[in-house]
Amino acid sequence: MSSTQQFCTFFLDGYIFGVQVEQVREVIRYQEMTRVPLVPAVVRGLINLRGQIITAIDLRRRLGMKDLPEGELPMNVVVRTEDGAISFLVDEIGDVIEVQDDTFEPPPETLQGLAREVVHGVHKLPGRLMLVLDIERAVNPDDLNGHIS
Amino acid sequence: MERMDDELHERSPSVSFTHNPYVPITSSNRRRLFRRAKWIFFKTADRNPGGAMDDLINDFLVESNENLDRLDSELVKLETDPSSQELLSSIFRTIHTIKGSCGFLGFSKLEKVAHVGESLLSRLREGKLSLTPEFTTGLLAMVDAIRNMLGEIQKTGQDGNESYPDLIETLNKLQDRDQPGPQKVNPGSPSPDDIPNQNQADFMQKILAKSAAPSPDSVQVNSLAPLHHESPSVSSSAGPEEASSAPHPPEETKSANVPGETIRVDVHLLDRLMNLVGELVLTRNQITQFSARQTDPNLVSPAQQLNLLTSELQEEVMKTRMQPISTIFDKFPRVVRDVGMGCGKQVLIEMMGKDTELDKSLLEAIKDPLTHIVRNSVDHGIETPELRVARGKRAEGHLKLRACHEGGQVVIEIADDGAGIDTSRVKNKALERGLITPQQAANMSERELLNLIFLPGFSTAEKVTNLSGRGVGMDVVKTNIDRVNGSVDIHSAMGAGTTIKIKIPLTLAIVPALVVVCAGERFAIPQVSLCELVRIEADAANSKIEFVHGVPVYRLRGRLLPLVYLDQALHLERTPESAALLGSAATIVVLQADDRQLGLVVDEIIDTEEIVVKPLGKKLKGVKIFAGATIMGDGRVALIIDVLGLAQQTNIVSEVRSRNASSHDEAAEIDKNKGNRQALLLIQVGQQGRMAIPLALVARLEVFAPAAIEHSGFQDVAQYRGEIMPLVRVSDILQITAGEKDASDVIQVVVYSEKGRRVGLVVDRILDIVEENVVIQNPSHRDGIRGSMVIQSRVTDLLDIPSIVRSAQINFDQEQPPVEDLVSA
Repeated sequence: MSSTQQFCTFFLDGYIFGVQVEQVREVIRYQEMTRVPLVPAVVRGLINLRGQIITAIDLRRRLGMKDLPEGELPMNVVVRTEDGAISFLVDEIGDVIEVQDDTFEPPPETLQGLAREVVHGVHKLPGRLMLVLDIERAVNPDDLNGHIS
Repeated sequence: MERMDDELHERSPSVSFTHNPYVPITSSNRRRLFRRAKWIFFKTADRNPGGAMDDLINDFLVESNENLDRLDSELVKLETDPSSQELLSSIFRTIHTIKGSCGFLGFSKLEKVAHVGESLLSRLREGKLSLTPEFTTGLLAMVDAIRNMLGEIQKTGQDGNESYPDLIETLNKLQDRDQPGPQKVNPGSPSPDDIPNQNQADFMQKILAKSAAPSPDSVQVNSLAPLHHESPSVSSSAGPEEASSAPHPPEETKSANVPGETIRVDVHLLDRLMNLVGELVLTRNQITQFSARQTDPNLVSPAQQLNLLTSELQEEVMKTRMQPISTIFDKFPRVVRDVGMGCGKQVLIEMMGKDTELDKSLLEAIKDPLTHIVRNSVDHGIETPELRVARGKRAEGHLKLRACHEGGQVVIEIADDGAGIDTSRVKNKALERGLITPQQAANMSERELLNLIFLPGFSTAEKVTNLSGRGVGMDVVKTNIDRVNGSVDIHSAMGAGTTIKIKIPLTLAIVPALVVVCAGERFAIPQVSLCELVRIEADAANSKIEFVHGVPVYRLRGRLLPLVYLDQALHLERTPESAALLGSAATIVVLQADDRQLGLVVDEIIDTEEIVVKPLGKKLKGVKIFAGATIMGDGRVALIIDVLGLAQQTNIVSEVRSRNASSHDEAAEIDKNKGNRQALLLIQVGQQGRMAIPLALVARLEVFAPAAIEHSGFQDVAQYRGEIMPLVRVSDILQITAGEKDASDVIQVVVYSEKGRRVGLVVDRILDIVEENVVIQNPSHRDGIRGSMVIQSRVTDLLDIPSIVRSAQINFDQEQPPVEDLVSA
């Protein structure tokens, strides 16, 4: 019998993404952000989270997707990383789901580009695929610097 | 959840979040997630609770590292006082404890090294051997080896692969050496570190003379006692405490006597406390702002109480993070000894103000720069004994370290009595390396030449030693000190020595800052870099801002001030409404970056505020222009501008040519150029009197509440920036009836400063600042007035400030000696 893991899921441009529940600190609604000039466009701004200043990274931009339509506000998924908390801006929050380890597969070789860098693999759910996000890669500053727009 | 909502609203009454971030989303499956997420949030234990063994090892590491630091200084001390049984016992005990713990924890390599050290020490203690510099060197090497191994344990949990066979052999050899008698020195003992011409007997005699002269409060015990010695010696000693025969520095003795009075606290806990207090300060600011508009005493008086308590708490918590500078200074006797041995020099080190306290993070930041300066002073500054004697100096060099608090800052001085810095050599070197052009070199003042040593890639050492002289050095020192908003100043006299003066703030956590707005965004600028604010009205903006080949400049009292538009520097996009501001008045924030000034053009100035500096995440570290971020009174985040980073980004400080104004006495210049346009401050004295003061003489404009005015003798005074500032009523001096005032009116004060002291000139009103051709039409013979002229088509008297201050019988030379005299007296 294989072990199970819990994933916190969220939506980006119709896809389901997941991060391990242990890595998530909290989920909050849209917050006003302070823009940071002179940084890559994936960094959307700074959020005041009960006195802690947190950088918000736009996952759509990180994955090379087009921006949310004007007027739709993203949600914040605050995750723990090696150097402190980071907030990911996502379209919508999904369920917390439990998956078996044996439904996991690495991403197909044909997955290329920005998504290849940050998608760690795929869990085959009934009827859908959940893309597992590699948090550390998603916030890697070297990668971010390549995205100055 | 509900409670949290309430809290949030109370915290930031002025913000209305369009979406409340803490309200759970309605659908049931999502509620589950929130429960989950909340649980994660409240699960505070981030750290894995390690096994009991891990805890033991951690305790061992902390304790041993502290003990090793003490060993360094004790060993060096022991060298000057080799007969001290107390010192020997203390050193022996320390090594013995480390050895014992290693055996228990299973670090066998570490145990072996400690073991040979212990045997050697035990023979020394029994008097079978006596200490020579060679022994000290060997024991210090052992301390280093142990320190390396401890570092290895911290990193990997193992004591590493290195087993130090050479060191063990050396120590064993030393131990086996046949040495009769505890106080005798074997004259034939080979001593690789021997100083040339060293006479061992003389050396010992001197040491005995020193230890026989206990002088508990003599600060310079080493420099006073052996003044007459002709033969060179190696000796280094720390400050006054060490000179006395006390076995431990006083603070240790204290803690040993009252074990229950101190506890060990995790630094992270203190950091967290400091953060919380920072939050509290911000909340206090909000409450204070809100309660100022209220009249209900049920709110107003607790709000005032909260205000006071918060300030007090902030101060106390800040104190918990303070550490005496001795934590760094105590390492220097060893550094000086090692460097001195390495280059055959003899140096006495004398330290004052070791108990000066400053924030722990600042101590960390200045540790390396200070060590570097000390090494440099010994390696490059102080001459070899032969040369010193030939120059008529004592053979031993003298290095003096002094730390003290001065005007809200910590000042550290490192002074040597070495050769001094040869500015012509500095100049040649800079020319040779292409750091300056010959034209620049010809125009540089002594002081500017000295400052060249802070340029990257500069080193005047003729030969590269393994200690210094590799051209990385003083520039790193400067960068590190700049990083903590400090400054470095250097004075040098050829043949007499060099003094380096470092000034750093007491703490970095909470700083006063100016809040400005540009393109709709708020930014905070630390007030330490702020010089002045200049406002140019809309109609004058076009003519006052001039261009040098497209680069905007402003004439600030006759000197060109390069202008930087904040919106352009940051590539800020303007919304239509903020774009409308562009054509209107310009506000220039004059900033000091290094030794240059720049004018930062912003849309609006909000206010000054105490801000809590929070670091930016690593992702944003690369952006040099920001020093961090802070949370403003309304709960939103604002970025803090790093003035030096801004200046570098806009090339203000990359050029070598200095626009340093220090060589000009601006006030004198104004007198010389009578008839030139100059800026004047217009004030009202009495009911009618319109007067003008040259703006260059004005240090600041301040407002005091009537209650802030106190009395000292017959003099009105006010507390200002930690000083007592005498106040002079201009109307009294000029014998004009003062204008009528309500008791509640604030008092307008023009701050004038001369020879480092300030005087406040009380005026009735500040009217305006104008720029005029100063042509005195009606020279006056009256004291305090230079004459009258027409300004804004009204007759205005030009005040003679120095004469007013003299008539008020404020004597800058006598009333209070400068701080430095007091200290040395």
